[in-house]
Amino acid sequence: MKKIWMGAVLAGSLTLGGCGGDKPAETAKTEATAPAGGAAATPDEANGGTITGKVAFAGEKPKMATLDMSANPACERAHKGSPQKSEEVVVNENGTLKYTFVWVKSGLPADKQWAVPAGTTSLDQNGCMYKPRVIGLMTGQNFEIKNSDPTNHNIHPQPTVNTDWNESQSPGQAPMTKSFGRQEVMIPVKCNVHPWMRAYIGVVGHPFFAVTGDDGTFTIKGLPPGTYVIQSWHEKYGPMEQTVTVGAKESKTVEFSYKS
Amino acid sequence: MHLNSVGSLWLRRYAMFVACCTFGLVIAGGLVTSNDAALSVPDWPLSWGRLVPTLEGGIRYEFAHRVAAMLVGLLTVGLALAVGTEKPLPDGRGSDGTTHLHAEPRPSGSGSWLAWAAVAVVLAQAALGGVAVRFVTPAWATIAHAALGQLFFAILVAICVGLYAGYGGGWAAPTVVCTVALFSQTILGACVRYGVMTPVAHIVGALFATMLVMWAGLNILLQNLENPRLRRPALVLLSITFSQVFLGIGSYMARIVYAGAPQPMPVLVLFTVAHVAVGSLAVGAAVALAMLARPNAFRVHGGTGCRRTPGGRSTGCCCCIPSWAPA
Repeated sequence: MKKIWMGAVLAGSLTLGGCGGDKPAETAKTEATAPAGGAAATPDEANGGTITGKVAFAGEKPKMATLDMSANPACERAHKGSPQKSEEVVVNENGTLKYTFVWVKSGLPADKQWAVPAGTTSLDQNGCMYKPRVIGLMTGQNFEIKNSDPTNHNIHPQPTVNTDWNESQSPGQAPMTKSFGRQEVMIPVKCNVHPWMRAYIGVVGHPFFAVTGDDGTFTIKGLPPGTYVIQSWHEKYGPMEQTVTVGAKESKTVEFSYKS
Repeated sequence: MHLNSVGSLWLRRYAMFVACCTFGLVIAGGLVTSNDAALSVPDWPLSWGRLVPTLEGGIRYEFAHRVAAMLVGLLTVGLALAVGTEKPLPDGRGSDGTTHLHAEPRPSGSGSWLAWAAVAVVLAQAALGGVAVRFVTPAWATIAHAALGQLFFAILVAICVGLYAGYGGGWAAPTVVCTVALFSQTILGACVRYGVMTPVAHIVGALFATMLVMWAGLNILLQNLENPRLRRPALVLLSITFSQVFLGIGSYMARIVYAGAPQPMPVLVLFTVAHVAVGSLAVGAAVALAMLARPNAFRVHGGTGCRRTPGGRSTGCCCCIPSWAPA
């Protein structure tokens, strides 16, 4: 009998060993926000070049699946009356594509260091959906993750270059601040509690990026004169590239067109 | 059914219970992975900082898996202690009073060793599960977790069969090869599931494993058509393996059909969980057949009623040793 008790205690202590695990999971390691030594440059919006454009969508508008949120009543209640559709492909009224990440892939001076953009970028969990679905960040730029839902979420980015992490966020919990130290286009983010939740984060080493919104347009300002490879990235339709040359105070238009 | 087994009745029943619970645990694990819920609880060993978290969404699957794993772990420790302490009564009766004519000594050797190996594996499983959570699913940890789960189930099947048929004796190579092939297939399947390997390797492996099962299974079956002790397990192994092939095809098709689905679809979950569960059963059936096909299995009957026909078939109430089995 004594042996049985010893065995049970041994198994229990090893299975539950290390209690006190209310400490949150490890946080992502990040590199320095600003370069060491020397002033970091900011985009010269007054004298620099500007690239504007839109991401068009041609063909039949894809029919998005309705998400089944029955696994969590709080999520289902948030969309009562109008069930949430998947946001994998969102075609705007004007025939453009929402949630496309556009960035300068190459052409910038290699030795130039750029300052992290001002302002706060947020990723909100609202209605058991990530809002917005796609965000852009500069390496080392802090961003805020909020939980506006009355339910638990875990935030699990799945980078291949940056450090992986997975943390929980309960209802009413303070926003968490995170950053990524290395350029990576794109980092998928998921919630394993609600497997339909998905977001993408584009992390680049400079401030020249944009994400298309409800009108499908983008603007990248303050570029030094030069020739650039501009890449657009969509989660379903993938990347497209165009080369464009822009001078000082010059504005160029670029259009990307995806087909269904 | 009276098999003149080497383990007492209650111990055999308890071992079967633990094996059934383990099979349930395998299904629970399959549900976690198929529902993409493995990291819905980001901490370990507590769950969301508590003993019992709010059961919603993917947390339900992950937490149920953790609780089931803990219970199976405790049951396994109990089994190891019970097997280790099981001793025959001087007059040949088991501790439950069942008569064991010509019974061999109790499984204090191999049986106890196997039971403690099961304890070691289940503890390693718990640790690997913790590593997967704490270090955010490194592929090696999740694949090792899946493989050890199958190994654990196989060990429990071996313990159960050993309590009926004994542990000693030589092994028949084809059944062992067949078992190893099926176990390797479960590892390849885990590699495919966790995205470190293309399905091609698993499909090619399935062809080889199926051929080996047919070789070993049909060989035993044809030589033991009149001996239910080997005919039945051989038929079971063949049936399970063929079912597994069809479930594999179903899983693959479901993966293709639902490749663009925004969330785990019930049909895909059903096929993949069934594929994992039946894969476990296939490994378990192969282990059982390998143990039953040993020349020394059921030695309590051997030598008295075993007869071999001129054609090589065995008859009578005995262990019918395949022609390729070691003497």
